[in-house]
Amino acid sequence: MDFGLSEEQELLQETVRGFAQNECPTTRLRELFDAGTGHDPALWSGLVEMGIAGLIVPEEQGGAGMELLDLALVAELLGEFAVPGPFLGHSLAALGVTLVADPAQREAILPGLADGSQIATVALQESAFGFAPGEWTAKIEGDRVSGTKAIVPSAGQADRFLVGLQGGRLAWVDAKGEGVRIEPVEGVDRTRPISTVHFAGAPASLLGGDEASAWRLLDAASVLLAADAFGAASKLIDLDVAYSLSREQFGQPIAQFQAIKHTIARIATDIEPARALFWYAAHAWDHLPEESARAASVAKAHLTDRAMDAARQSVELHGGYGFTWECEVQMWFKRIMFDRSCLGTPDRHRERTAELGGY
Amino acid sequence: MDLEYSAEHEAFRGRVQEFLKGWPLTGAESKLPMEEQEAIFRKRGIEAGFVYRSVPKAYGGSEQPRDAIADRIIQEEFYKVGAPRDLLTQGAGMLVPTLLEFGTEAQKERYIPPALTGEERWCQGYSEPGSGSDLASLQCQARLDGDEWVLNGQKIWTSSAQRAHMMFGLFRTEPDAKKHDGISYLLVPMDRPGIEVRPLKEMAGGHEFNEVFFTDARIPAGNIVGQRGQGWQVSRATLVHERNLIGNPFMMREAFSDLLALARSRTRDGRPAIEDPGIRRRLAEIEGYVQTCELSNMRQFTAANRGEMLKVMRPMMMNKVFSTDTMQRIARCAYDLLEGDGMLAPLEEELDKWGRTASPTGWVLQYMFSLGPAIAGGATNIQLNIIGERGYGLPRDLRRTS
Repeated sequence: MDFGLSEEQELLQETVRGFAQNECPTTRLRELFDAGTGHDPALWSGLVEMGIAGLIVPEEQGGAGMELLDLALVAELLGEFAVPGPFLGHSLAALGVTLVADPAQREAILPGLADGSQIATVALQESAFGFAPGEWTAKIEGDRVSGTKAIVPSAGQADRFLVGLQGGRLAWVDAKGEGVRIEPVEGVDRTRPISTVHFAGAPASLLGGDEASAWRLLDAASVLLAADAFGAASKLIDLDVAYSLSREQFGQPIAQFQAIKHTIARIATDIEPARALFWYAAHAWDHLPEESARAASVAKAHLTDRAMDAARQSVELHGGYGFTWECEVQMWFKRIMFDRSCLGTPDRHRERTAELGGY
Repeated sequence: MDLEYSAEHEAFRGRVQEFLKGWPLTGAESKLPMEEQEAIFRKRGIEAGFVYRSVPKAYGGSEQPRDAIADRIIQEEFYKVGAPRDLLTQGAGMLVPTLLEFGTEAQKERYIPPALTGEERWCQGYSEPGSGSDLASLQCQARLDGDEWVLNGQKIWTSSAQRAHMMFGLFRTEPDAKKHDGISYLLVPMDRPGIEVRPLKEMAGGHEFNEVFFTDARIPAGNIVGQRGQGWQVSRATLVHERNLIGNPFMMREAFSDLLALARSRTRDGRPAIEDPGIRRRLAEIEGYVQTCELSNMRQFTAANRGEMLKVMRPMMMNKVFSTDTMQRIARCAYDLLEGDGMLAPLEEELDKWGRTASPTGWVLQYMFSLGPAIAGGATNIQLNIIGERGYGLPRDLRRTS
C-alpha cells in the first residue's frame, strides 16, 4: 500500500525540470509565445533525446514502456514551464495506436514515433461540442477517410494523424498526403497551436477500436490535461509569491497584507492537495480499470476548473500589470484555458462523473 | 505506487475483521447503556492490540510497533462497522499525547489511564475573552502561594466544561516575562471552590461550550506540566494534535453519501432532485473536493509510512481548511436541496447529535454547525496565515506589539 512516487519517477521529474529550466526559461518561452508558432524544433528534439516521445511506447517497439502515470508526471512539468510543442497530440497518438492497432501495424508505426523521426497528433473532436466518441462522424470507405476534425493540436507539425471515426474506430493518416487540408485556427494558447483538418478521401490505414477504446484514449487525454493544468497552476502560485514579495505599496511588500497573503494561501489550498487527483487517475488508468473512467473525469473537471480559478485570481493579484500582455501570468492563464476546454469542459466531465457514479 | 495491501497486511485485516465480529455486543451486555458497551469493547480492543496503539501498556494503551498501514486498516475496518476505537476527546486526543511528551512519570500514571477510558473527562482552557488568535496574550493568572497555585481570571469557548472533571489550561505565572515566556500549562480539578462554569448557548441552539471563571481557586503546585514559563511550547504540541483530529476522510465520504441520499429523497419540478442536471453537476463538483481530501490524506499517510513527512508539509498544513471547507460545501448544497424546509428550526433532540443526518432539520443544524470546526482550533483566517507564511515563505503580519 503506497500512494507516492517511486525514486525513478522523482528522478524523471527532476530530469525534465532541469531540461525545461535550461531550454525553456521564461525569456525563451516569451519569444516562442510572441512568435505564435507553438513549436520549437530544438525543444522538441531535446525532449525526444530524453526519451519523452516514446515514453509510453512499448519496449518491443523502441519505446521506454512506461505508464500513463510517468507520462502525466512529464505533462505536469511541461505545464509548469508552459513548454510549447506537440507532446500532447504525439503522446495520445502513440497511446491510441498501442491500444487498438494489430501487431503488424504497431511494428510499422510505433518505432518512428518512439525515436521522434515522426511527429503524430490526434484528430478526434469534430466541433466545439462533439468530443464524445458517440458523436464522431468521420467515415472510412475502403482505405480512404472523409470528414472534418476541429481543434486538432499541433497539426502543422504533424507527419501523421490518428483520426477518430464513427463508432470510435481509429485510422492512421499521412498528414502530408492527398486529401488532407490543414486550416490553422488562431488559438488562445500560443504554446499549443490548433487547426481544423479536412479529410477528403485521404488514404488511411484502419487500426480498429470501438467506442470503449476511444473513451479509454480520451480518459488518458483527461489525465494529461489535468496534469498540465496542475503544473501550470503551480507555476502561477510561484509567480504570485514572487510578485507579492517584490511589489511594495505603503512601504511594505504587498505579501504582508492579508488580502494578498490569504488569496495566495487559498489558491495554494485549492491546487496543492489536488495533485493527488491526477496521480490517482493516472494510476487507475494503468492498474484499476473499473475506477479509471470516473477518476479521469473527476481529475479533468476538478483540476482544470480549480487551475482556471487560480489563474483568474493570479491576474487580479498582479493588478493592472496582470492585465497586460507583458505580464507572464497570461501565458499560463491561456495554457489552462486550453486544458480546461479541450476534450470536454468541467461541466461535461461532471455530467459523466454523475452518470458513472450512479447518482 | 501500489494500492494493494501486502499479504501480511491483508492477514492483519482479517484478524481485525474477525475481532470486529464482537461488535455490536450481544446477550446481557447489549442491554447495558451504550457508554458502558463502548467502554467494554474498547477494553477488548486494547487487549487485542487494535486500540491506543501508540500508548505504552504501563499507562493503559496497547503499545504496538509503529505501523502506519496497520493503523489505517484498523481505522477503515472499525469505521465500517461503527465500532468504538480510540476516544477522540480532549483528554485522550490532546492531553494524553502532551503528557506522553512532557509529563512526569507520576503524572502519566495518574492521568493517562482514566483519560483513555473516559472515566475522567477533560476540557481545554486556552481561549480568553481578550485572547483568541493572539492566544499568547492571555491574562488568566496563576500565582504560587506556598504549595498551591491560586487561579484568577476567565476562560471562554471551553467545550464540555460542564461535564469535565479536569481542565488542562494555560495560565500566566510569570507576569514579568515576555508574553510567550510567562505561561504555564496547569492541570485543574474542576470541583475546586472558586471555579464556576457558565453555559454559552450556540447559534444553532445547542450548548457545548462555556465560560469558566476562576476566583481564588486553589490547585496543588505539582499540577504543572513542563517547567514554569514553558507552557507555550507544551501547548503547541497539543494544538498539533487537535488539528490532526479534524478532517477524517472517511467522515467526509460518509457526509457526501448522506448528501446523495438527500438529493434522491428531495424533489424538484416533480422529479427526484438528483435527476436535475444542475444538481448533478454541483454534486459532482463537490465530489471532486471529497476525493481530493481522501487522496491527499492517502498521500500524506504514504509519506508518514515512508518517513518522508517533509515532502508533504504543505498539504498537511492545508488539511484543516480543506476539510472544513469541504464539509461546508456539502452542508450548503444540502441546505439548498431543502428549499422551504430550510426555514425550519433544528429539533431539540437533534441538537447534540450533529454529524450524520437524514432529516431536513438535521441538515439545517449541520448547515449552521459546519461553521464550528472551521473556527475551532485555529480559525480558517489563521490557518491561511500559517499556510502563506510557513508554507510559502510570505512575511508575517505586522504586529503592533510583541
